[in-house]
Amino acid sequence: MEGMKSGRSLIYQYLRHDKKFPHVWCPGCGNGILLGSLIRTVHKLGYPKDDIVLVSGIGCAGRLPVYVDFNTLHTTHGRALTFATGIKLAKPHLKVIVVMGDGDATAIGGNHLIHAARRNVNLTAVVMNNSIYGMTGGQYSPTTPYGLKASTAPHGHVEHGFNISRLVEAAGAAFVARCTVYHVPLMDRLLTQAVEKQGFAILEVLSHCPTHFNKMNLLGGAVDSMRWMKEHAVPVEKAKRMAPEALKGKFRIGVLVDRDIPDYQTEYEQVRRRAKEAAPYKLDPQEISKMLESHQIY
Amino acid sequence: MKMRAEEPAKKLMQGNEACAEGAIAAGCRFYAGYPITPSSEIAEVLSYRLPAVGGTFIQMEDEIASLGAVIGASLAGAKAMTATSGPGFSLMQEHIGFACMAEVPCVVVNVMRGGPSTGLPTLPAQGDVQQARWGTHGDHPIIVLTPWSVRECFDLTVRAFNLSEKYRTPVILLMDEVVGHMRENVELPNPEEVEVLDRVKPTVPPEWYIPYEDTPFGVPPMGIFGEGYRYHVTGLLHDVRGFPTLREDEIEPFMRRLFRKIWAHLNDIQQWETYLMEDAETAIVAYGSVARSAMRAVVEAREVGLRMGLLRLITLWPFCRKAVESILDGCKTLIVPEMNLGQISREVKRVAQGRAQVRTVSRVLGRLIKPEEILEAVEGWKA
Amino acid sequence: MTARYEVRFSGTGGQGVVLAGIILAEAAGLHGGQYVVQTVSYGPQVRGGMSSAEVVISERPIDYPKPIRLDLLVPFTQEACHQAAGLMKEDGIILLDPDLVSETPEGWVASVPLTRLAVEATGRVQMANIVALGAISRLCPLVDEASMLDAAKGRAPKGLFEAFERALEAGGRFAEEIRGKIPFEKAPTPED
Repeated sequence: MEGMKSGRSLIYQYLRHDKKFPHVWCPGCGNGILLGSLIRTVHKLGYPKDDIVLVSGIGCAGRLPVYVDFNTLHTTHGRALTFATGIKLAKPHLKVIVVMGDGDATAIGGNHLIHAARRNVNLTAVVMNNSIYGMTGGQYSPTTPYGLKASTAPHGHVEHGFNISRLVEAAGAAFVARCTVYHVPLMDRLLTQAVEKQGFAILEVLSHCPTHFNKMNLLGGAVDSMRWMKEHAVPVEKAKRMAPEALKGKFRIGVLVDRDIPDYQTEYEQVRRRAKEAAPYKLDPQEISKMLESHQIY
Repeated sequence: MKMRAEEPAKKLMQGNEACAEGAIAAGCRFYAGYPITPSSEIAEVLSYRLPAVGGTFIQMEDEIASLGAVIGASLAGAKAMTATSGPGFSLMQEHIGFACMAEVPCVVVNVMRGGPSTGLPTLPAQGDVQQARWGTHGDHPIIVLTPWSVRECFDLTVRAFNLSEKYRTPVILLMDEVVGHMRENVELPNPEEVEVLDRVKPTVPPEWYIPYEDTPFGVPPMGIFGEGYRYHVTGLLHDVRGFPTLREDEIEPFMRRLFRKIWAHLNDIQQWETYLMEDAETAIVAYGSVARSAMRAVVEAREVGLRMGLLRLITLWPFCRKAVESILDGCKTLIVPEMNLGQISREVKRVAQGRAQVRTVSRVLGRLIKPEEILEAVEGWKA
Repeated sequence: MTARYEVRFSGTGGQGVVLAGIILAEAAGLHGGQYVVQTVSYGPQVRGGMSSAEVVISERPIDYPKPIRLDLLVPFTQEACHQAAGLMKEDGIILLDPDLVSETPEGWVASVPLTRLAVEATGRVQMANIVALGAISRLCPLVDEASMLDAAKGRAPKGLFEAFERALEAGGRFAEEIRGKIPFEKAPTPED
């Protein structure tokens, strides 16, 4: 098509093809699908590569940035959002995208996740949720379903998982969306919205782990998982029209939350302005009661 | 050894405040931290001062997050720091290791309090000396500085930033509760008089940039996110281009360079002072607030004719081997007073190698060692 | 030996001992041109725990930053008085409020009703620390009244300038009356 780059030339433009391939992911892994979507999104939005910082934690998803020709940062386990917060606040013009796995984002990094959402720093977070720790050999994660097996749950898992999207919604994220590695055009659209969103935006990508999770739980290969995702995902708009019984056992995909909340930097500009004015920050008694009343936790 | 300027100066200031002022003077424009006694005043001052100079203060959810944000800000070009005390310092070890591995300049202040664990939150100690050296896992070099006065809290904070920028390494400023909370009249230098060093950035065209390439100095120029030098930063052991590697011929040279960049510049990094050491037969080796007790002890010992002197360590790590070696010819006894059970005294013994008797004066009771407690270890001293 | 003048304010959190220490240090150090070091020791609780502020004043640079032997002790509780009793110089003075400290230790005692004077002068119990500073400005050889007033005003919250001034005056006036009697009455030792 006119004006559109072919997949191959996009690869040459964005991948560090001369160095880091073949990649570390297993055949059938969903991480490559996200990688493709990320590149298409950045390309479509027209950001210069110099302005993108791709940050990750530890795990299979954590290996994603090394393949792309952006500013890339592979941090410690669970802490990617903290580094990203520092980068964004120090250089606000950069587009900071954070890729994490489910264990990374919600176990060891769970506290950072909810606080990044609450603080509403202008970041894009992507959680690749494959319900397992893949890189370390299939141990159960905070999203492993009850009753299934993992290498550390040989007798069946007895904990209940997080609903990541609802967790970050409750924590105050400005934008929350969910898709799967099967729904690729949707992934592209949601990622575009997330990157463009002013405030903390998170995209939960349901994925699979053919090597560990599927094998231990008799789920077949990647194609079987994708078929399952296709059959169980319900677009948000459609779900609104469905009866609760019909939604049982299904999950919603699409934009789950989209609200306008001033982001951290916008708020902090006020702090800078007051600090420069040198006059002390004065509270007017009427304002105090208004602020108490509008405090979200009540 | 000069205690301070000729005339008492016109500002009464706390050590923690002076540290915060030093940070501003050194060009620090980003602070992330978590409240903890006895370091919180540093955060409080910077939460007020940083936004006024266009910088950023943020209180994070814990100390791990704090140092993570500091490293992120530094990668994006800001001079950045955090401050904490023992329990928070333990949490920061993870990212001190990351900053060593990825060679990210940053300053970590630890105002030492009694430990282990929650310990004595409001009382002084020097129990984190070895942790500052070896707290994070894996082989790594580190620079640790220790102030003994309010003015020095300012000076060494500036120096900590300068060294961290110059050598692309985390620098730890190891204060203690006495120094942090002490108020003294000080005169701070005018901002233009403060020597400030900035990291060396690459000047080659971006396509020629090799981010972790060895240089004669040992410190590669640092590309800044968003300034055109796109590269990969990782806590994995990496090759010269920043990409993870498992190759022996890349692992060992990297590790060697990491150490060499510090070890080859000990003359620049290490600082110490001596007081009345010219004819001393007995030396006190001390650091931090305890060095002030030691100085008093030397004055009192001299008054009764005992030939005593003081070696004060300002750079704690890498350990000032040369400083201790230089006093071994004249001194048969070295007294090492510490608010711990002998963390620097073991280094002094290691260097002395039996050429002098090393006596440790330990106090772990949550207060500064008194001069008389040091003097009790001196032969010929009668109270 | 370098001449050092050493002071301790001691009481429980909330009695203003740290503020008193800071004002004295500023009076001597900033307005009086002396070298000063002011340190604190306190427990973990903000209110109610043991708290003390110590000030070392000298014409020469100060090495050891804590008091060695006290020239002046201002205890705001009985316990604070007992704790410091063994730390006094032979001619050290204990400036105490007889309403707060009833058992006086061995040594020179200047009995000043700090709390009562504070209430009379300002209507505020919390000003006892400032009254004490007023008294100290007449008793301590290294600080004068003008320096103390400048320092106190510099630290006074807005709207309390005058109250601080009145408290200092009240303490100063009382100390003036008893100054002629220095050394003050020496409390009897338990054996007497």
